[in-house]
Amino acid sequence: MTSLDATTDAARRPFPGRRARFGDLILQGTAGIAAVGALVLVGLIVWKIASGARPALHAFGLPFVWHVVWNPVHGREAYGAGSFLFGTAVTSIGALLLATPIALGVALFLSELAPGWIRGPVTALVETLAAIPSVVIGLWGILVLAPILRDHVDPALHSTIGFIPLFGPSSYGSNVFTGIVVLTIMILPIIASISRELFLTVPQELKEGALGLGVTRWEMVRGVVFPYAGGGVAAAMILGFGRAVGEAIAVALVLGDGLGIHLNLFDTGQTLGGKIALNYQGSGSGLETSSLIYLALILLVFSILVNLLAQLIVRRAARRKGLAA
Amino acid sequence: MSAVELSPLHRPQDRLRRRRVFNRGMEALAWLAAAIAVFFLGVVVWSVAQRGWSQLNLDFLTKSQVQFEPAVPQGLANAFAGSLVLVGLATAMALPFGILIAVYVNEFAPRPIRSAIGLTLDVLAGVPAIVIGFFVYGLIVVAHGQSAYAGAFALAVIMLPFVYRATVEVLALVPNSLREAGLGVGAPRWRTTLGIVLPQTIGGVLTGTTLAVARVAGETAPLLFTCSLAPNGIHWNPSGAIQSVPVAVFELSDSAEPSDHARAWAAALVLILFILVASLTARWLATRSKRKIMRAGR
Repeated sequence: MTSLDATTDAARRPFPGRRARFGDLILQGTAGIAAVGALVLVGLIVWKIASGARPALHAFGLPFVWHVVWNPVHGREAYGAGSFLFGTAVTSIGALLLATPIALGVALFLSELAPGWIRGPVTALVETLAAIPSVVIGLWGILVLAPILRDHVDPALHSTIGFIPLFGPSSYGSNVFTGIVVLTIMILPIIASISRELFLTVPQELKEGALGLGVTRWEMVRGVVFPYAGGGVAAAMILGFGRAVGEAIAVALVLGDGLGIHLNLFDTGQTLGGKIALNYQGSGSGLETSSLIYLALILLVFSILVNLLAQLIVRRAARRKGLAA
Repeated sequence: MSAVELSPLHRPQDRLRRRRVFNRGMEALAWLAAAIAVFFLGVVVWSVAQRGWSQLNLDFLTKSQVQFEPAVPQGLANAFAGSLVLVGLATAMALPFGILIAVYVNEFAPRPIRSAIGLTLDVLAGVPAIVIGFFVYGLIVVAHGQSAYAGAFALAVIMLPFVYRATVEVLALVPNSLREAGLGVGAPRWRTTLGIVLPQTIGGVLTGTTLAVARVAGETAPLLFTCSLAPNGIHWNPSGAIQSVPVAVFELSDSAEPSDHARAWAAALVLILFILVASLTARWLATRSKRKIMRAGR
């Protein structure tokens, strides 16, 4: 603990002098190195994933992204991300479509409607829902939700609105639709809690002004709250979408590990993250591992773009608000 | 007025009624949405509690897993011990690193660098956990094999943005008058920072760390490639792979054996209870520390 000795030493002097400035240099230096370390870390992640994917990039090139094939048989090896990209898109977009209206409803309820005694507990509950680990949601999804959907919901949807090709015949509980429901439960609290905080920042005088003009509460929400918080809500949706796209564990358990592109939501499927997660025991060939890392590279690039987009929206909204104030 | 026959829909009082009814409808939908969210949370927690509770006994907490021996009474003590090691190591890596970055950003960095580092950590927070697992696989596991060090490092990467954000937010709350007071009595900047400013943030940093621990304790994806192929029995040595609670839940829930499912539920219950306690602790710490900083500023 030489730094502690330096402390007392420097403090005893009337003028701290060189040693104090030396201490400044050390603190600023270590903190600065840590900060540079964060930048290096992110760079290292991109570099490591990109270099791990290189053999697959060489073998399959860009068409890997849309090829619908995953054949690890030696001698006839061929890999492509098409099926998993499709599975990821369907489950994430489906979850976003289901979760957004519910989340906005929850956020409006908590910021505008709820009586005081309900507000605190429900807010805490929604945040608890966000904290449940994905592996627990996946466990619940495969052992509780999937059988219920298989026995009751899927056949009912098929017999009533089966003319839409999305709701084809069902056979397994582990299917794309179960994945959508599981992801909805996971991203709902994210969108809801960010939107709630945004709605609370809407100035009270704007809301009261609108209500004073005689509009109903819904018209006030549509005319004042939504336009004011719109950018932030869009960012919250993007973040929720990014979370759904990157989720691996829960969907790996409930999607049934299928291959191919089909409209039927009651068929099995797989996502990018799920495919990676299920191959963790690493028995495959070098090319298969590299192809899995290629899948991770697609996820990584996508997640970086999504986050930059969300940050851009947030910053633009903040700047606009700053000018207005 | 009487010359023009108004259709009933255009009479003002009817339109007002229509607007009111529509408003009622939308309010009802918001109530419904909240009910749905609470219902799903209730169902998930209830399923876990109901199925896990009956399995929670002394054997479960003190005996470890023995694979392929269904007759032996089994527990998950090895997974509990492993999770403890993993999360502890990860916290030890992420905490000082995150605090130092926050100190640099809030106390030293010029504005453009500040926002660049903030943006970088936001991007890092958005990188899927499975990708981080694969990154550590390429960085450490390919050369040195699976180990608790590798797993803890992956968890630390996930914790880092949480710790950073929590610290930087409370650092920004510390009133400038405290910094000026420190510099005013002749203390050098580093002593002001370490001796006066940072101690004010302990509560906030603890809150952020507790939340990060709660988050990371349930993470499975980063451990699959870095610390999942563990030998039987309780191990404390981090240079080998060790079992952890989330990986155990993942493996057990993918199994066909009903007794495995029962243990998966019990492990999930332990996990949820831990996370619940951690979140409540964090909430309590947050309100306490905010009050303290406000008082110090006056």
